[in-house]
Amino acid sequence: MNNLRLARAPLIAILVALLMTTIVLATTDAEAISAFTVMFSGALTSPSRVADMVMLAAPLLLCAAGLSISFAAGQYNLGIEGQMTVGGVISMAVLRQYADGGNVAVYWIIALLAGALAGAAWAGVVALLKQYTRVSEIFVGLGLNFVALGFSLYMVFGPWKRPGVASMSGTEPLPDSLWLPVIGTTRVTLITPLVAVIVLALFWFLLRATQWGLEVRASGLSQPASRRLGVPAVRRMIQAMLVCGAAAGLAGALQVLGVYHALVPNLASGIGFMGLLVALLINADIRFVAPLVLLFAVLTAGSIQLPLSLSIDSSISGVFQGFLVLAMIVARAFISIKERA
Amino acid sequence: MKQQMDNGLKTRVLILVVAMLSLIISACGAQPSAPAEATTAPVEATAAPEEPAAAEPTSAPADAEKFVFGMVLVGPINDGGWSQAHYDAAKYVEANTPNSEFVYVDKVNPADRPNIKVEQVVDELVAKGAKLVITNSDDFKDGTREAAKAHPDVTFVHISGDDVVTGKAPANLGNEMGRMEYGKMIAGCAAALQSADGKIAFVGPLINDETRRLADSAYLGAKYCWTKVRGADAAALKFNVTWIGFWFNIPGVTLDPTKVVNDAFTEGYDVIISGIDTPEAIVEAGKAQAAGKKVYALPYDYKDACAKGEAACLGVPYFNWVPTYSKLIADVKGGTWKQAWIWNAPDWKDINNVTTSPVGFIKGAALTAENATKLDSFIAELAGGLNLWTGPINLQDGTSYLADGLVADDKQVWYMPQLLEGMEGQSASK
Repeated sequence: MNNLRLARAPLIAILVALLMTTIVLATTDAEAISAFTVMFSGALTSPSRVADMVMLAAPLLLCAAGLSISFAAGQYNLGIEGQMTVGGVISMAVLRQYADGGNVAVYWIIALLAGALAGAAWAGVVALLKQYTRVSEIFVGLGLNFVALGFSLYMVFGPWKRPGVASMSGTEPLPDSLWLPVIGTTRVTLITPLVAVIVLALFWFLLRATQWGLEVRASGLSQPASRRLGVPAVRRMIQAMLVCGAAAGLAGALQVLGVYHALVPNLASGIGFMGLLVALLINADIRFVAPLVLLFAVLTAGSIQLPLSLSIDSSISGVFQGFLVLAMIVARAFISIKERA
Repeated sequence: MKQQMDNGLKTRVLILVVAMLSLIISACGAQPSAPAEATTAPVEATAAPEEPAAAEPTSAPADAEKFVFGMVLVGPINDGGWSQAHYDAAKYVEANTPNSEFVYVDKVNPADRPNIKVEQVVDELVAKGAKLVITNSDDFKDGTREAAKAHPDVTFVHISGDDVVTGKAPANLGNEMGRMEYGKMIAGCAAALQSADGKIAFVGPLINDETRRLADSAYLGAKYCWTKVRGADAAALKFNVTWIGFWFNIPGVTLDPTKVVNDAFTEGYDVIISGIDTPEAIVEAGKAQAAGKKVYALPYDYKDACAKGEAACLGVPYFNWVPTYSKLIADVKGGTWKQAWIWNAPDWKDINNVTTSPVGFIKGAALTAENATKLDSFIAELAGGLNLWTGPINLQDGTSYLADGLVADDKQVWYMPQLLEGMEGQSASK
């Protein structure tokens, strides 16, 4: 495949997505231009909006970075939402042990590590079932998403419910002292984006500059071939899943510590799936993770202004994101068919 | 709640697959977008480049005199129930208050808007210039408190909350609620008057203090009219409460209210009292009526709710937020607002007066003329001071709630610990 010609795909995809979304917008009274303006720049118009966008981008970055490793190993980790959820639940279990006067930083570190471990373990179940029982990781992953959701719902409505009352808004909030500190009057915590960026850099390095990364990619391309060349392909695939699960679990723990300050019923809230969209869009190429995550975070965070300023439902931004991914996949397929012809 | 959790794995598989699909093609899941009037359109989001917390005056390019009030709604504005009652009242007050503007965001719940927190929505409303922000769900308790702390210059009112009572509220946060207990008593009375054998089913949301006291109120009204008006034996009255798990149907998470209602009919209950925010009870009762069954329902929350099943409707207890919001706006505008926890009683002179009565009851077409007269005299008795929260009343587990002759105070009613003796159903989520 020719790289130059392949680069046309994103351009075509963006144009098609804009066109299709404009058609959908035509059903409303709003002008498409104003809608796109709000969608693309709404999240950037004030410090607190940027802060909210960053807090959405960070867990998304973790998920997308993790997925670029599992995709490289040829694994479709659709269980990422569940891994994120379990990470959140387990970190909450750690944080609930905190008593006034405890060392806050120690609890943060243990909670984040526990979340990452839990996410990795949850992904490990998928990987082991895939390797040793030949069940598709897609179905195991999706199935475990429901189990994870049920687990977190059970904790919210059962053992950890508010005194006397089970509430959709989640468990009783953690003590203020445990909340990750925010910058100024915004809701952005320095630690969250910092952790996300460090993890992205680490994954990038692992995948593209180490022998391990090369082996992961090789086993993703062809398991039998890489095995013949002496690469422990099965082990690399399982490790790639574990790494992805750890990133997702870490994202879940960060949501508990920095965003919700409680365990909420819908902790993963589609961030893992949005990470999948990003991964699909960029063919899981880790070099493009950061810019695309930013784009998706901007679109999603900005969309809350749509009903207020234009009386359009905010889900139109999801429409655009969906069209973008679809158009990209089609464009890529189309170009590669033409190449072959 | 746990019991509701158990039944749902199959449907939960479905909901997550649907959730994923809807993420990809969210056009299909999109509600018809907010009403066509794009009144706020010219106010570009980009007009607020500053920090919203500090930028209220500059970010509202409209004339400085204009009073902007904002609302965060949990459901869609056209839900035919709780959220629509708030929305309609706000629009009414906007239309009747010169130089006022109403801004809102609806469907603020984790299913419709994942990754959106109440605090974020409030920031947007404040950026639009809102000086008063009303939040309308029990689930917004923590979020409203945090938002109020972040915007000390804006007045916040959390509907149905109790932060003022518990002392958690910052100085700019108040609580309001209507005394729906009376509406439920009237509904319970209507049910007991018209039920053939005194078999009444109550479809409730999740279990908390509020929903327990409302179910209990309906039971007290039913028991009073069953024994005192019809002269029947209290023991013969069956009053069954089923909690679906949330204020509206969430497939896979809650029980399906449509099924709960039809099961109740199958089991011989002929009147359903709805305690949830959506109209399944009246819709299903209407269908059953059309099929020749003698069954009835009392919907909830919204004054026009009977329209979904006129022929089966005994009446609807509803919230009318017009008086509450008119007063709030006048107080905040005039600088006379004071933090308080307010529980508004109906205007007994005319409980259906739109400008004065926060709680009302509209009789349905299915209520017989004879029962309508009896119900009117029951309402007149309540207006005259009849207090059904008078002992002896026992809780469901047999312990005494009120000794003989004692009258419950507001806190005792507000923090209702259990269902009452004589009622069937769960008192607590275990």
